Amino acid sequence: MIASVHFPVLQIVLPLLLAPVCVLLRGARLAWFTALTASWAAFGIAVALLLDVLAGGPISYAVGGWNAPWGIELRVDAANAFVLTIVAGIGAVVMIFARESVEHEIGNARAYLFYATYLLCLAGLLGVTITGDAFNLFVFLEISSLSSYVLISLGKDRRALYAAYQYLILGTIGATFYLIGVGLLYQVTGTLNMLDLAQRLEGQEGLRGVRVAFAFLTVGISLKLALFPLHFWLPNAYAYAPSAVTGFMAATATKVSIYVLLRVFFTIFGVEFSFGQMPLGEILMFLAVAAMFAASTVAIFQNNIKRMLAYSSVAQIGYIVLGIGMASVTGVQAGVLHLFNHALIKGGLFLAMGCIVYRIGSTHIDDLAGLGKRMPWTAAAFVAGGLGLIGIPLTAGFISKWYLVLAALEKGWWWIAVLILLSSLLAVVYVWKVVEQMYLKPAGEGAGRTEAPLGLLVPTWILIIASIWFGIDTRLSAGAALEAAKTLLGAG
Amino acid sequence: MGGDLIGVSMLWAMLIPAGGALVISQLGRWPNLRETVTLVTAGALFVDVMWIADLFSRNGGGGLTLWEIFPGLGLTFTVEPLGLIFALIASGLWIVTSIYAIGYMRAHREVNQTRFYVCFAIALSSAMGVAFAGNMLTLFIFYEVLTLSTYPLVTHAGDDKAKAGGRTYLGILLFTSIVFLLTAVVWTWAVAGTLDFTAGGVLDGKASPGVAAALLVLYVFGVGKAAVMPFHRWLPAAMVAPAPVSALLHAVAVVKAGVFTVLKVAVYIFGIDFLAGVASGRWLMYIAAATVLIASLVAMRQDNLKRRLAYSTISQLSYIVLAAMLATPLAVVGGAMHIAMHAFGKITLFFCAGAIDVALHKKNISDMGGIGRAMPFTMGAFLIASLSIIGLPPLGGLWSKWYIALGALQADEVAMVAVLMISSLLNVAYLLPIPVRAFFGKPANGEAITGLKEAPLPSVLAICFSALGCAFLFFFPEPLYRLAQAILAN
Repeated sequence: MIASVHFPVLQIVLPLLLAPVCVLLRGARLAWFTALTASWAAFGIAVALLLDVLAGGPISYAVGGWNAPWGIELRVDAANAFVLTIVAGIGAVVMIFARESVEHEIGNARAYLFYATYLLCLAGLLGVTITGDAFNLFVFLEISSLSSYVLISLGKDRRALYAAYQYLILGTIGATFYLIGVGLLYQVTGTLNMLDLAQRLEGQEGLRGVRVAFAFLTVGISLKLALFPLHFWLPNAYAYAPSAVTGFMAATATKVSIYVLLRVFFTIFGVEFSFGQMPLGEILMFLAVAAMFAASTVAIFQNNIKRMLAYSSVAQIGYIVLGIGMASVTGVQAGVLHLFNHALIKGGLFLAMGCIVYRIGSTHIDDLAGLGKRMPWTAAAFVAGGLGLIGIPLTAGFISKWYLVLAALEKGWWWIAVLILLSSLLAVVYVWKVVEQMYLKPAGEGAGRTEAPLGLLVPTWILIIASIWFGIDTRLSAGAALEAAKTLLGAG
Repeated sequence: MGGDLIGVSMLWAMLIPAGGALVISQLGRWPNLRETVTLVTAGALFVDVMWIADLFSRNGGGGLTLWEIFPGLGLTFTVEPLGLIFALIASGLWIVTSIYAIGYMRAHREVNQTRFYVCFAIALSSAMGVAFAGNMLTLFIFYEVLTLSTYPLVTHAGDDKAKAGGRTYLGILLFTSIVFLLTAVVWTWAVAGTLDFTAGGVLDGKASPGVAAALLVLYVFGVGKAAVMPFHRWLPAAMVAPAPVSALLHAVAVVKAGVFTVLKVAVYIFGIDFLAGVASGRWLMYIAAATVLIASLVAMRQDNLKRRLAYSTISQLSYIVLAAMLATPLAVVGGAMHIAMHAFGKITLFFCAGAIDVALHKKNISDMGGIGRAMPFTMGAFLIASLSIIGLPPLGGLWSKWYIALGALQADEVAMVAVLMISSLLNVAYLLPIPVRAFFGKPANGEAITGLKEAPLPSVLAICFSALGCAFLFFFPEPLYRLAQAILAN
């Protein structure tokens, strides 16, 4: 098939070209349908690519027929094929959710703008993931970032504007740092292709330019992925963005940035330089542990549940980075696996919050009283997702925790293992705070049963069921994560 | 193929109560039908477990792996004598408890009865999972499900007291299991490369003395359900639950799942020969002994009957932990038998406590003077069960204490024999005054007790049955003893 040869480029081009189509169509329904089609097509392509890569090894695609290192190379290997599937998959599910949620929160008049920016954002995120070119990565990063500023600012609450502005400033600093880093590398090596960069950097590790580039890249990417203490933009952005946006971004934007981290440190600089000569491992692990405890503790004291979940995300990013910081196959596998599992869990939870906003109109904890009776399915979804966050067996969260603890013990760092498990107890506290409110506190006067419509419940439960499924059958998720880890560490 | 058949029957042991829960959840509007389904489910489960026991005695053990969760580590079930004892006791007493619950819940006009019966069935399903788990991962999974499925039962009343009790319950059980038990499980996997329950253990020759000592501490404290001090407070906290929950779950299924896990780890993960040489075993034995004595002393000071019984349970559970740490064959036999003996005694006592509450609305022992005249059956059963817990003939409690004491002598731990004897005296001191006061005491604040005022008939029947069970186990301990002995034989 000719089309399948062009899958790598179609992966980006399809949503990118359909974005302006949404604007031309104007109608809310038509725009939604376009975005839905694009998302599901992207998901299908991503799955096809993943299967191809797992069966036949990396795929390289020269955009416009210009070969690397002069042209832009799109390169799909086990690591990014997995991330592509996550991003496109979450996007596809969120698009089902979006129709009613967007109608309710943004309104039909401006809906086409939402769908157009959403498609741009999706194209950007997929582009960041699939590209094999360090500068092209920056371009896609900016496409996704700029469109996500717009998406956040669509929130009903006026604080959404402030949140978007805050994210704009910090996100731009992050992107600039990344660009400076790439510029310095270009100065040293004269190339922008990642594999080429990796080759030419060998033996150049002593150069000051390389080390400075390394530092800029570390800080820039850490800002984008909201690594503690560079996470300040995230809680506001997640709390005030429209529900569909929060669900999509929480499960994809930070995850793609983590992928960039993996790519830059493992593929471009190499494990030896990043973790051997530079103290990256120590720094990442220290910050990750700090994130796990500090952000979880802050989450406990939040009364806005979307904000609470946002802080929980900062903590969960800590787990992912912790695994990566170990720089062992099991560690990176645990990190990549949790990237996947957490995307499902947190996506599901934020969609459940979207259901609550749709009916109750609030995310404040006091307004959730008696929700177990008022919205039984939504409340049950929240509990199931919450159990995943804690890491109860038979949820995806347990699988991540298992590999993470195993990786720590393999290294002989039993105290890290204990810290991982201790910090997950903080999740018990913030999840149970909500559970008690929903099930043990009676609803106010005249509050009847008002379950969310199926259009919202079904996508929520798709993610929740997936998070349970991947807690039981881990062949696909843990297997793909293992392949990704091996690819990144060059061990297989 | 006996092995396949036994594997499928084990699956049914989990599916029957789970399916029952599903059906019950749809029958909220028809209470009679709902209770019938509960009884039928309980009966079917017991028949299934008997069937497994029968297959086991004829063809030996069998197993079944559903699928692998991690490469080389799956959801596996195997049948072995210890699990069989636990499964038989839990499923058999579920029938009795269901009969009791029908009388109790209706007389008490409890709300959300459907949720109650659903969670009860799920709890039993996970207890069966614990009983038949073939490796430590499977056991851990069902152990956690058991914790979560019993949480709605503990907070059943829905008031602030229930909420506080639920927090303590969940907090301690999740804390210990996540921080200690899970660490121990992953560590064992990392060290031994297997988590299968294997005769003779899997750690011998693989774990260094230091690691083995640390693992043992993590396991014993990690199994919070065994309520070894200082992680015992969840059990009194769980007493806010309705009486049938306290009876079956917090005297039988949940707590026995805890001590069962400790025994299982001792026998099949460490292996008692290896365990005898683990340095921390001795200290844990002392902690268990201290729990036995301290909990008894605390029990004496409780005026609330259910709280007194809860502390008594803490004390009795540590008998089994102590037996496991003795690591001698006779102690293991005694510990396994104590699972059954204590179950019958303590479930009767909790039934009685619930019956007194329903019939006379009394919760405190100081108000129970003279109630024996109103509730002769209940208090008679209370007396019998108390004597069994104390360990006097002609009641079953004697045998298990006997064998644990012999096990202590086998291990040359005379001090532990002394602990057992002192504990029996303490049991006398905190249990016997209750029936004595009921039969011979004067009613509090001058109220006259005239005529019979028992709990509803189903409840009284259940009480009499479980009390007779205590006596039955004295005269016919043979099958139980043979099963307990088989633990180390295979």
